[in-house]
Amino acid sequence: MVQNKFIKSLAFTMAIGALTVFASDLRADTIKIGASAPKTGPLAGGSTVTYWPNVKLWVKQINDAGGIKLKSGRAKIELIEYDDRTNPGEAIKNIQRLATQDKVDFILGPYGTGFNLATAPIFAKFNYPLLTHTAITDKIDALTKRYSNIFFTLGTTTAFAGDVAKVLGKMKAAGTIGNKVAMVNVADAFGIELANAARPIFKKAGFEIVYDKSYPLGSPDLSPVIRGAKAAKPDAFVAWSYPPDTFGLTAQAKVQGLNVKAYYTAVATAFPAFGGKFGKAAEGILGAGGINPDTEAMKKYFAAHKKVTGKTPDYWASGMVYATFQILQSAIEAVGTKDRKAVTEYIKKNTFNTVMGPITFNNQNNEKYWTVGQWQGGKFYGVSSTGRPGEKSPKAKPKW
Amino acid sequence: MDILIIGVLLGGAYALMAMGLQLQYGVARIMNLANGEMLVAGSFAAFWFFTGFKFSPVTAILFVVPLAFIFNWLVYKIFMRPLVKRAKSEGQLEVDSILSTFGQSFILVGLMLALFGGEYFSYSYLEKPFEILGQAYELNRIVAFLFAIGLCGGLYYWLNRTRLGLTLRAVSVNPEAAGLVGIDVPNTSAFAFALGGAVTASGGALLSMFLTFDASVGVIFTMKALVIVIMGGVRDIRGTILVAFVLGLLETAVASLIDPGLTLAAAYLLFILTLLFRPEGLFGKRST
Repeated sequence: MVQNKFIKSLAFTMAIGALTVFASDLRADTIKIGASAPKTGPLAGGSTVTYWPNVKLWVKQINDAGGIKLKSGRAKIELIEYDDRTNPGEAIKNIQRLATQDKVDFILGPYGTGFNLATAPIFAKFNYPLLTHTAITDKIDALTKRYSNIFFTLGTTTAFAGDVAKVLGKMKAAGTIGNKVAMVNVADAFGIELANAARPIFKKAGFEIVYDKSYPLGSPDLSPVIRGAKAAKPDAFVAWSYPPDTFGLTAQAKVQGLNVKAYYTAVATAFPAFGGKFGKAAEGILGAGGINPDTEAMKKYFAAHKKVTGKTPDYWASGMVYATFQILQSAIEAVGTKDRKAVTEYIKKNTFNTVMGPITFNNQNNEKYWTVGQWQGGKFYGVSSTGRPGEKSPKAKPKW
Repeated sequence: MDILIIGVLLGGAYALMAMGLQLQYGVARIMNLANGEMLVAGSFAAFWFFTGFKFSPVTAILFVVPLAFIFNWLVYKIFMRPLVKRAKSEGQLEVDSILSTFGQSFILVGLMLALFGGEYFSYSYLEKPFEILGQAYELNRIVAFLFAIGLCGGLYYWLNRTRLGLTLRAVSVNPEAAGLVGIDVPNTSAFAFALGGAVTASGGALLSMFLTFDASVGVIFTMKALVIVIMGGVRDIRGTILVAFVLGLLETAVASLIDPGLTLAAAYLLFILTLLFRPEGLFGKRST
C-alpha cells in the first residue's frame, strides 16, 4: 500500500516535471545564468548588501524589458542561485554544478577575493568569462596571464593602501594633520595583506607609525585597541578592518573620544548601515571605496535598487557588481549568441558604459577605480581614485 | 584599574553568553549547539523592538524572556524529550543532543535569514561615554554588565535558596536519584532548558546594544559559551560565572599589556590547560 502510494506520487511528480519541461520548450528562448555567493556564514553580511540585491535587480530589469537581445530574439533570464555558506570548497562545488549539471550559459562572478581566486580554475576549464567585482589582489598580472577569461575591476591591495597614504599626505600637506599614524588591522588574510602593504608606503610618505597592532577576527571588545591607539597620541587613525570590527572600532573611538582629524576604517564604512548607525557622527570618516553618487546614472541606479530590493546599495562595490552585470549583458547582446568564448573576446576589446562610468579592460584589468571615500553630508563620496572623475577633496574630521 | 574595569565588563558579556547554556547542559543534560542562534534571535528581537517601536532593548527583554521560554519549552518537549527517553546512557544522550541541536541551529539560521535577511545589524542605544575614575566606558556595556550581575546573582540565589532551585540542582547532580525521591525529572529538565533559553535570549538582547550581529554569527557565541561552561565545570553555575569573568580579565589584560592579536590564543591556552590539569572544570567534581 505504502509502496503503491509512493509509485503513484512518483509518477505524478514525473508527469508534472515533463509538463514543465515541455511548457518551457514552448516558451521563447531563455538564457540560463548561474550565481553562487554566501547567503550564510561570515561573509553573508557583506554579500546580502553588495551582491544578492544586485542579482535580483539586474534579472528583474532585464526580464521586465523582455530579456537579453540575441540574434534569435529576446531571451529571458532563468536564474539559478546557490549559497556557498562562505566556504571555498562549497563555492567550487557550486560553480562545477552550475557548469556541468545545470549547464548554465553564463555565471556571475562570486563574492569576495578568496572565492574568485578559488573558483577561477573552474571558470577557466569550462570557458566561462569571470567578471570579478569584489576581488582585490596584487596578483592581477599573474592571474590574468594564467587565465584568459578572468577580468578584474576593483583594484589592487597596494593601490588601496597607497591611496590612503596619498589622502593622508594631502591632509598633511594642507597642515590638517601631523605625521603620526596609528594603524591596526584584523588578523585575517585581508587585514594582514593591507597592513603589510601599508607599512613601507606610509614610511615613504613621511609618516611615523606610532601604534601598529592586530586583533583577531570577531573580537567582542575592541576597547583595548582604541585605548592603545589613543595613548600613542596619533594624528591619524587607520584600521584595515572587516565589517563587525569596523562598527566596533568606530563605536569605541566615539565613546573614548579618539579625536583625530583623519579616521579611516576599511570594509563596510561604505555600507548604508554604517551611516545609519552613526548618523551625524559618521561625518568625515574615511573608508575603503567610495563612488560618485551624484552622477545621473548612479542616482538612477540607487533609486531602482531601493525600489526593487527595498535596500540602499553600498557606496563602493555595489555599483561595481552591477557594472559587471551590465558589461556581461552588453557583451552578450553585441555578440548576439550564447557563445562564451566570443563574449570573453568581446569584453577584452571594448569599452562599456556602466553605472560606474566607462570601463575598458587593459590586459583584462580595469585600471580606473575608486580607492578611498569619505562621509560628507550623509553620503559617502570618493575622495581618491586611480582615474575616475568627480573626486571630492578630503575634509578634516570634526570631533565626535 | 583600566584593565580591571574593561575586563570585568567583558566578563559580564561572557557570563550572559554562557549562563543559559550552563542551565541547559548542566541540568537538562542537553548540549545545545543552537545556543548561539537563540542568542542571536534575542538580538534580532531587541533590534526589531528598537527600530520598529522605539522600545529600548531593556524593555524588549520583557517580551523576549517569556517568548524564548515558551519556544525553548516546546523545543525540549518536541525534539529533546524523545532523545532523553530513548537514551541508554548519558554519553548517548550527549551525542544525540549534539546532532539534533546542530541541525536546529541550521533551521534557526535559515528562519532568521528569511525573516530579517543576511546583512549586518547594528544600532546605537546608550552609546555614550560613562566616566569611571576619569576614564570613559560605553554606557550600554555598563548596563549590560549590571544586568549580567543581576542575572548571575538572581540565578545563584534561586538555585541555592529556593525549593525549585534545589530540585533543579538535584536533577543536575543525579537524575535517577532525583526521580526516586519524587522529583518530576522530565518537567524539571524542560523547565531548566526553557529557562536557559530565556536567559540566553535576554543576553542576546543586551549584547545587541554593542555587538554587530547577523543571522549566521551564532556559532561564535556557541563556541565561547561552550568553552566557558566546560572550563567552569558542567554542573555548577558558580564555575560558569567565575570563568566568564576570568576570561574577560585575561583577554583584556593580554590585549592591553601584550598584543590584541593574542587574546584568542590566550583564551584557548587557558582552555587547554584546564582540560589538561582539571578536565572536570573549576567547580566540577572529580569522578572516582
